[in-house]
Amino acid sequence: MKFRVDRDVLAEAVTWTARSLSPRPPVPVLSGLLIKAEAGTVSLASFDYEISARLEIPAEIAEEGTILVSGRLLADICRSLPSAPVDVVTDGSKVTLSCRSSRFNLATMPENDYPELPALPELSGTISGEAFSKAVSQVIIAASKDDTLPILTGVRMEIEDDLITLLATDRYRLALREVPWKPLTPGMSTSALVKAKTLNEVAKTLGGSGDINIAFSDDSELIGFESGGRRTTSLLVDGDYPKIRSLFPDSTPIHATVETTALVEAVRRVSLVAERNTPVRLAFTDGQLTLDAGTGEDAQASEALEAHLEGDEITVAFNPHYLSEGLSVIETPYVRFSFTSAPKPAMITAQAELNGEDRDDYRYLVMPVRLPS
Amino acid sequence: MDTVEPSKDSEHRNCNILHVDMDAFYVSVELLSAPRLRGKPVIVGFPSGRSVVLSASYEARAFGVRSAMPMAAAMRLCPTAVVVEPRHSRYSEVSRQLMAIFSSITDLVEPLSVDEAFLDVAGAMRRLGPPRTIGEHIRTRVHDELGITASVGIAATKFVAKIASTRSKPDGLLLIPKEETVAYLHTLPVNALWGVGAKTVEALARLGIHTVADVAATPVQALQRVLGKSGEQVHRLAWGTDPRKVTPVRVEKSIGAEETFAEDTGDDAQLKRELLRLAHRTAARLREAGLLSRTVALKLRYADFSTISRSRTLSSPVDSAQLLYATAVGLLDGLGPRPMSVRLIGLRAEQLENAGQTAMQLSLDRRDDNWRAAEQALDKVSAKFGRQSLLPASLIRPGRPDDAGGKPPTGT
Repeated sequence: MKFRVDRDVLAEAVTWTARSLSPRPPVPVLSGLLIKAEAGTVSLASFDYEISARLEIPAEIAEEGTILVSGRLLADICRSLPSAPVDVVTDGSKVTLSCRSSRFNLATMPENDYPELPALPELSGTISGEAFSKAVSQVIIAASKDDTLPILTGVRMEIEDDLITLLATDRYRLALREVPWKPLTPGMSTSALVKAKTLNEVAKTLGGSGDINIAFSDDSELIGFESGGRRTTSLLVDGDYPKIRSLFPDSTPIHATVETTALVEAVRRVSLVAERNTPVRLAFTDGQLTLDAGTGEDAQASEALEAHLEGDEITVAFNPHYLSEGLSVIETPYVRFSFTSAPKPAMITAQAELNGEDRDDYRYLVMPVRLPS
Repeated sequence: MDTVEPSKDSEHRNCNILHVDMDAFYVSVELLSAPRLRGKPVIVGFPSGRSVVLSASYEARAFGVRSAMPMAAAMRLCPTAVVVEPRHSRYSEVSRQLMAIFSSITDLVEPLSVDEAFLDVAGAMRRLGPPRTIGEHIRTRVHDELGITASVGIAATKFVAKIASTRSKPDGLLLIPKEETVAYLHTLPVNALWGVGAKTVEALARLGIHTVADVAATPVQALQRVLGKSGEQVHRLAWGTDPRKVTPVRVEKSIGAEETFAEDTGDDAQLKRELLRLAHRTAARLREAGLLSRTVALKLRYADFSTISRSRTLSSPVDSAQLLYATAVGLLDGLGPRPMSVRLIGLRAEQLENAGQTAMQLSLDRRDDNWRAAEQALDKVSAKFGRQSLLPASLIRPGRPDDAGGKPPTGT
């Protein structure tokens, strides 16, 4: 095998493919990147039995062939090469990378032992990369980071015709985001549970280059994403996701609207004294929201903001981390809190104008903290 | 005093127990922020409804107002009293400062409530002087630093010290010399004795026993016939004997339980079943002590006595067996394949917090609350019928109903 490719193109391709390599590969060959030179393109692939990644780059190919080489080492080398064409040449069981006056000899691994990558399932539809990235970032904040509850580390994707609903919860909060897409088959209806970490990677690395193609496998075991020549597949999380849509309250007699950035800043300041995530109290009265945190023994902080309240006055306490994560993904000038009563979950939604209606495409439900009596 | 060592004798170094008690504590604290109420009858309590008097100033007590009396009755006795709503956070703040003063005197402090404690000052005399000097020193510090008054009782035993502080109130100090203890006690009515309440007074009165001296003169057997087991204790107290030591309350750092298997095991199901049992024992003790645990630790001792432990810190502290169990199982599964069979398994709740002072993150998952409610119900059944009367179904061993519990838990 012998080909030449520009260093920047190679480095980017290797970095992307190598990021899904497992740091502790279940078998040694899975620490490798599979590089195939064929018909004017070089393809790179990685796999850890759960996630596969594959992309193609154009290259000047002098001799076709396939090699398997340590992905981590190759990524480190490519990143540090000078910006110039790179020659990749195999020589027996070795591969040589040369770039200007630098030369690297790497051992190759037996490519015949490499498992076959799962095929990308048939395309199901497309979504704007930007919209998808934003939606994912709004939802994954509520996914659990606790591996003892594997189901809750996933994001549930529910597809009903031209609408994708993303749902995540860690039992203390719940995020729901609806985002339109273009299904290939009108009226399709399916669902998938994808690890939040995987979805985040997809959003970050594929969201920037136009549309993303999404593929759901028929056997509901796999999901595939493709954008700009990059393809990735992931096994779905196994198990029954809890029915959480019903947790949203039917009616919320109390509404409070606050300016988003002012509140984000105030929560950030006040929670400086909330050690170990002791709660931040929010007291909504007519025209004003008072925040305070801290206990008598230690430091205390308080701050008041302008707020528009409809319904009874209410005081609620939240874990400051849960509160600020929810507020951080609200992009409108105003944020609305909807309450049923103090010990019930509070709903946070985006709102464009002080006296307008809130948007219902993103809803963040957060459970309050019960203060010691 | 014309003995050889008059000073030694009058120092009463054998009276090393102090009982320090604040005078009308809640009222005194309230007066700090409302000095205009000084000298007036003041009652701390909620002004309305079925509330009771939490504390009354001595001016109000002069009208017959007493603690725990219904508010309505107190207001009939003393209609001019000013009623102040209680602020418990303020009281616990002052209480903390008070306890800090006590612990600067001696390590042997046994708090009885927010505003009173026993102190054993035997080890502090060399540094601070004889008991009376120490008592006056405490009274001065409490007055100067906290602005409230304390009464101090000093004696050779706890219960006599407590009698002394009661008799010295308000703002007083009374030392009952060891050699005069019995004579002093015998001047008191029988209800001055520890553990003698209205019912006992009544029972003793039927025998014509009205004073401590009467009790002392009654044979133990006669007292036991009326009072049962406590008869002997009452008789001992009447002679001034009280062997109880001042025992500082130890703050628990962790609560846990462990079990050594009769035979080493590698069976996952058996290990997890044992973890469930240990989780229930640990959680019940947490709830009993009013504590929440933020960190759960798993301990395994293998057949070759090598021991490992793994712990996990939770996002919010728990006292539920289900959550302790789920976390411990997660830790066990996280170990992967075990190198050999297991000799001992243990579960420990660490980073304990006072449940009354910890905010509780509520869960969207109603099952969490349901488990909590179920386990609280379990506590009540256990309290009434014993620990093994109600168990998770998976812990019931077929055919051996009496042996479901295993060994008692160990704790540190």
